[in-house]
Amino acid sequence: MTNSWTDIKNADLVVVMGGNAAEAHPCGFKWVTEAKAHRGAKLIVVDPRYTRTASVSDYYAPIRQGSDIAFLNGLINYCITNDKVQWEYTKAYTNAAFIVKEGFGYQDGLFTGYDEEKRDYDRSTWDYEIGEDGFAKVDPTLQHPRCVWNLLKQHVSVYTPEMVSNICGTPKDKFLRVAEMIAETSAPNKVMTSMYALGWTQHSHGAQNIRAMAMLQLILGNIGLRGGGMNALRGHSNIQGLTDLGLMSHLLTGYLNMPSEAEPDYDTYMKSRQFKPLRPGQTSYWQNYSKFMVSFQKAMWGEVAAAENDWCYDYLSKLDVPAYDILRMFELMNQGRVNGYICQGFNPLMAVPDRAKVTSSLSKLKFLITMDPLETETARFWENHGEFNNVDTRSIQTEVIQLPTVCFAEDEGSLTNSGRWLQWFWPAATPPGEARPDTAIMAEILLRMRELYKKEGGAFPDPVLNLSWDYHNPREPEPEELAREINGRALVDLKDPADPSKVLVPAGKQVVNFSQLRDDGSTMCGCWIYSGNFNEAGNNMARRDNRDPSGLGTHAGWTFAWPLNRRTLYNGASADTQGRPWDPSRKLLEWDGTKWVSDDVPDIGVNAKPGEVQPFIMNQEGVSRLFARGLMRDGPFPAHLEPFESPVQNVFNRRMRGNPVGRIFESDVGRFGNADEFPFFATSYRLTEHFHYWTKHNRVNAALQPEFFVEISEELAALRGVTAGSWVRVWSKRGSVKARAVVTKRIRPLQCDGKTVHIVGVPIHWGFMGAARKGHSVNTLTMPVGEANIETPAVKAFLVNLEPTTAPGVQS
Amino acid sequence: MSGSTTYQSPHTAVSNPPVTPVAAGFGEADLVRRSATSDLPPPQRQLTPVAKLIDVSKCIGCKACQSACIEWNDTHPDIGENHGIYDNPRDLTENMFTLMRFTEWVNPETDNLEWLIRKDGCMHCSDPGCLKACPAPGAIVQYTNGIVDFVHENCIGCGYCVKGCPFNIPRISKADHRSYKCTLCSDRVAVGQGPACAKACPTQAIVFGTKEDMKRHAEGRIADLKSRGYANAGLYDPPGVGGTHVMYVLHHNDRPSLYAGLPDNPRISPIVQTWKGVTKYVGLAAMGFLAAGSLIHGVFARPNRVTQEDDVHGEDLVEGKPVPPPKPETYGPGSGEHR
Repeated sequence: MTNSWTDIKNADLVVVMGGNAAEAHPCGFKWVTEAKAHRGAKLIVVDPRYTRTASVSDYYAPIRQGSDIAFLNGLINYCITNDKVQWEYTKAYTNAAFIVKEGFGYQDGLFTGYDEEKRDYDRSTWDYEIGEDGFAKVDPTLQHPRCVWNLLKQHVSVYTPEMVSNICGTPKDKFLRVAEMIAETSAPNKVMTSMYALGWTQHSHGAQNIRAMAMLQLILGNIGLRGGGMNALRGHSNIQGLTDLGLMSHLLTGYLNMPSEAEPDYDTYMKSRQFKPLRPGQTSYWQNYSKFMVSFQKAMWGEVAAAENDWCYDYLSKLDVPAYDILRMFELMNQGRVNGYICQGFNPLMAVPDRAKVTSSLSKLKFLITMDPLETETARFWENHGEFNNVDTRSIQTEVIQLPTVCFAEDEGSLTNSGRWLQWFWPAATPPGEARPDTAIMAEILLRMRELYKKEGGAFPDPVLNLSWDYHNPREPEPEELAREINGRALVDLKDPADPSKVLVPAGKQVVNFSQLRDDGSTMCGCWIYSGNFNEAGNNMARRDNRDPSGLGTHAGWTFAWPLNRRTLYNGASADTQGRPWDPSRKLLEWDGTKWVSDDVPDIGVNAKPGEVQPFIMNQEGVSRLFARGLMRDGPFPAHLEPFESPVQNVFNRRMRGNPVGRIFESDVGRFGNADEFPFFATSYRLTEHFHYWTKHNRVNAALQPEFFVEISEELAALRGVTAGSWVRVWSKRGSVKARAVVTKRIRPLQCDGKTVHIVGVPIHWGFMGAARKGHSVNTLTMPVGEANIETPAVKAFLVNLEPTTAPGVQS
Repeated sequence: MSGSTTYQSPHTAVSNPPVTPVAAGFGEADLVRRSATSDLPPPQRQLTPVAKLIDVSKCIGCKACQSACIEWNDTHPDIGENHGIYDNPRDLTENMFTLMRFTEWVNPETDNLEWLIRKDGCMHCSDPGCLKACPAPGAIVQYTNGIVDFVHENCIGCGYCVKGCPFNIPRISKADHRSYKCTLCSDRVAVGQGPACAKACPTQAIVFGTKEDMKRHAEGRIADLKSRGYANAGLYDPPGVGGTHVMYVLHHNDRPSLYAGLPDNPRISPIVQTWKGVTKYVGLAAMGFLAAGSLIHGVFARPNRVTQEDDVHGEDLVEGKPVPPPKPETYGPGSGEHR
């Protein structure tokens, strides 16, 4: 989230699209009801289903899953055509005026540079024209035909209300009503917030869904303001923490990149990470990259990391592929190239698409270790549960080792919520049986591996043997020790560069925050963006002061928000180019003539003059990007793309299937179906009664939503002769499930490109372990497709067929 | 809250309850009605009437209230089946005192679908039909703050309360043959806490406080709904049962029955009224006659639910005379043949 949960109460308009906040985030959704109750805010829901969020909305519009970009580009087009643009904001705070290189273009659904063989783009034309001064060329009058604004205007002009309706199936009048309501927030004193989740991310064009809304929010002037922003509702209490701490194969901590094979040494790695400003006087904060990188390496390998060995750069793995994401891991497992797998707090048999392939892959492992507080299906993948897990146990040789862990309520530590708040928590219960904290288990594995390396040697034991492990109890690092390491400390006396006689931080003391980190080996820091979480003032994550003097939901004394306890990102954009708040009643930052004043932490140099230093300090431009340059693999602008399985063709290029740079493995090419064989269009989602595959283990949640079901319209039920509560079989190219049928008015067939599209809703949550009724699982049906930029599985849109059937275990 | 140990009734919609232990704020001495009891001493004081307000327009149907109800009351609802709808369990049971009921309704005026989600459960009527119908002394009681509570050890499982309830709420346990329903968390309210469901509700669709405060809170909500085009938004506090201590804010207060059959104008069944008012023969005959084809057929079909003793004392109940306590071997959970 750019903003915080509590800030949502400041919105005038809440748009929930690509998510279902009331059901998946009921506690956070309270801030929407606050905005409605106290500000008279309106709520719009755009979703293939009339959800429980829609049930409390002011306006609902249906949309075909996966067609969000067309809808959002249509909204951008509507705002431009009807002059509903926050012009001062757009001109000053976006790259609208930047001039793009000659040669860039878009035709037949593709940008310049597409190579069909490689399924990739040559992105060299997707960039600015650079002047002789080394800075990007701009035309503040927006007259230049190749300035970003005119290219954007041209790009979205095809997304007329008629085109949107044709692609998305949204009735034109409903689209226009949504557009009208959203366009009103182009007024400087009207603010809209976007709340989204996996309904946008889990598509082969997921990142572009989000970009499209971010661009709309920028031209409406809604980013950086109270009640505005792009608010990703994270699907797990600590999934924000997972990405922040680099638990993705292509990331180190704090969004530093894992090196690639093309970067064999530190200098090469750093050469592409200079982040020189593209406009004069801009901050380009990533210029500090090396300080965070070296401090991270010092946290990893302590004294061994030195200037002479490039801070142990050689110890870091070098990626030979963009990422070892989950789909790739299972592909490699299925090929027999991954033989052992540690599955920590993860239930891939349920959570990963194309379950048949997952079962096949797990069956080829030599060993599988699970670390979990629950009996997961993955840990029992080898066990026959009739048609719910119909495996031939005798043919599976995988050795499974289950290591019971504590659950969150039995542990101490911090969880990072969607709003980037690191919230310290304390154990509420004693763990049962042999359950141990994950950290203790990992420590034991490390220590025993070290012993083995010492005893037996190995090809390259150095990173393991030299790993910094100076904890009070090496067998069980304490949560506070880890938190202090993440914050970072001075390794020698840090002297003030302006006055070397002054010591800023004595050796061994915690740094105040990442602004004190250095790239000369004098500091260490486990995760730079978190720095400030546990400094000499103590554990800031444990703060519980909920006072809010402004009454605007800042709550600066409540826990700790990264970065630097900043509650709203890009908050420099909440003021105009004179430093005056766009809306004085929701003041966030104000320039007092010499400095920025705020009850939040300014996201701009505190003395950076408004109008000169622009507020998007992480970007080399200093402004936000309507045109993404070459930073996205699938285009500098979002363009409508169909899912890989879709009931209709891409109207812009009928030959093109899915995202032209979406990731599909060679071995999966045969695992896709077509609309003639699989005529209905399915989507997957979560229900409010359950949390993933956990709460089916709880008898209370299980009673509230006991059994696997699918949702279909009354029209589809009539077409297939299905009655409510009866059993249906749903099958895709990859598998078949049986489910109860919920027949509802909340799903309606849509008219898209001249066809009637019937939607089938398939909730997640059931499996063959736990208290709830045994059930089939949605990922038996879903496709193994990776998002073009980040390889997130695209499980929100796939083709199925459906027919009445008998109950599981009963012969028809 | 200060460290006060005296009972204070919650006063605002979102009041923070006390965190220090307090003595129970009301009890036997505060009963204003006791089933089948004519000699109940008049209460010495009048407690401030309390109410739970359920704002249907803020409810997201998350069932956190159901979950909290199960946890607080330590009930064990069955893990049932999906019946083609979201309602689960399928109905109120002796283990599920409250239930989200989901209704899909296309508004003919706007042609828009509305998903009306109503939390069903005991309404805590000011004029409680269950209590009036109950022949077992002290099985149903009403406090001066409006809470209607079931005292299970006095319950004979006859099922008259089910018939007497205009909202079809109480459920008879097949295990112990006693009647169960929402207590408005009388045990929590007695120590200054709100009901568990209100505490768990993430959107404050359920709030609890004095009835006056709840009515005022409702006014604000109704004004908001009217500003959003719900011209008939209003408060459901039906006069036919003397008002209720569980009230709804409805978007369509002109048609309560849209919300999964919430009675438009609930009244205590005329049979119960008749029974109370006229002779036992007319009253009991009428009940028997109706029961034959009705929901409570099963109640009469089971020999020990309404015993001869009940019939004998029926007149006394009606006349308000004291009735001897039931014989345990006839009524108790160990009586056998209906297990």
